[in-house]
Amino acid sequence: MSLATSGVVTFDHVFKAFGPKQVLRDVSFQVQPGETLCILGRSGTGKSVTLKLLMALLKPDQGSIWVQRDDVTRLGEKGLSKVRRKMGFLFQDAALFDSLTLYENLALPLERLTEKTEEEIDAAIDSVLANVGLRGDKAKMPGELSGGMRKRAGLARALVLEPEILLADEPSSGLDRITASEIDELLLRQKADRGTTILVVTHDVHGARRVGDCFAVLDKGELIAFGPAATIERSEHETARRLISEA
Amino acid sequence: MLKLMGFIGKLSLFTARVIIDGVRPPIEGAQIVRQMSEIGSKSLPLVAAAGFALGTVMTLHTRNTLITFGAGAMIPTVQALAFFVEIGPLVAGLLVAGRVGSGIGAVLANMRATEQIDGIESLSIDSFKFLVVPRVFACVLTLPILTLFMDFAGLAGGYLSEFASSKIPFALYIRRAFANLEWANFIAPTAKTAVFGFIIGAVSAYYGYTTNQGSQGVGHASTNSVVASSLLIILADVLLVKCIFFVFPESAL
Repeated sequence: MSLATSGVVTFDHVFKAFGPKQVLRDVSFQVQPGETLCILGRSGTGKSVTLKLLMALLKPDQGSIWVQRDDVTRLGEKGLSKVRRKMGFLFQDAALFDSLTLYENLALPLERLTEKTEEEIDAAIDSVLANVGLRGDKAKMPGELSGGMRKRAGLARALVLEPEILLADEPSSGLDRITASEIDELLLRQKADRGTTILVVTHDVHGARRVGDCFAVLDKGELIAFGPAATIERSEHETARRLISEA
Repeated sequence: MLKLMGFIGKLSLFTARVIIDGVRPPIEGAQIVRQMSEIGSKSLPLVAAAGFALGTVMTLHTRNTLITFGAGAMIPTVQALAFFVEIGPLVAGLLVAGRVGSGIGAVLANMRATEQIDGIESLSIDSFKFLVVPRVFACVLTLPILTLFMDFAGLAGGYLSEFASSKIPFALYIRRAFANLEWANFIAPTAKTAVFGFIIGAVSAYYGYTTNQGSQGVGHASTNSVVASSLLIILADVLLVKCIFFVFPESAL
């Protein structure tokens, strides 16, 4: 598998269907270490499914998906657990556990997956919450947080295990321009400070152009364009050109 | 028919996974205790109130008949036997199926719809072991305790009703209530509610955890959990009573 050797993330001829609906059709691409890939496309073209396949929350019908040297489509429970430890996932609606406080949401993975002491867990949570500007809100329940705060809390949870790869599904959806810009800043800072590889699914072309090094455009389940913004702007596909230019 | 067979097959696999994951370390002790506390606190007032009311009503209904046959002194005995042997376990099971089963189904379905279950998986935490197993085990452990509350609340209601009519002393009522009650009348019927608890937990968690209908699935999971677990509890009760009579023939009244 030559594709898998150099990239942090590799999709190799991936197909995925839900019943009769083909969501992804022969999708192949590769993301390099420290790169930020923005996945663009119209609604229902398989962008979020791409992230879920990478996290092995869904299984592809065909093809392989590599995270570094591991094909996540062939891993057992233990192997998947190891690979997932390398990744953090910011869900579209943050997916915080609504029965736990913000602190407990962040403490859960640290308590279960690390050997950290209580003091170390407190320090790690304080640090990651300070980074996203929510240090004073750790006792709040998710239901008490505003949309922007929830996104930042979701980002904090995705980052609390210090992942090498961050997956963000619509990080700026439903947010005003200023709050969306703050989320973009957090992604940029994460990349600059830790060299995290980031995959962002977004409709926000303005934000995507700010944070993205590379762009993948999906249309009707097919990858119609891939590369830096300049390449997408010259794409033979009108959809790709329109998506990247609608700033 | 095919759909029913498919449902039975999927539910069987689901329950097998509950048992296997339940005994596979690490045991989710803290989660089980948390769920027990939640189930207990949610259900206890309902179970106690229902038991008390049922006990009162049952005495009102049986009193005249028993007195007609000159068996007024048997009222406490009948009350205790009825509650400990059948009414307490079955009614407690059905009440908890309604109160807790719908809750488990709705909570898990909501977690599925809002991607919280995916969120748990993405953190390398086994969502089945973390969410499903503790809920099922908590139902198994809590229902016998709730049944005891139901039984004694029923006796209390019966005593109050009887005291209002005959001014019977409490000590005499209790002595008569337990005069003909064997351990086999008490242990096995109470223990069978652990099976009811397993049914409630497993069926409700199945509907909630496996839904893929988004927010619409929350309502379906909640309703289906109550209907299916109530029906299965009644069916299981028939089988378990037969088994109890086989193992403890002296408990057959």
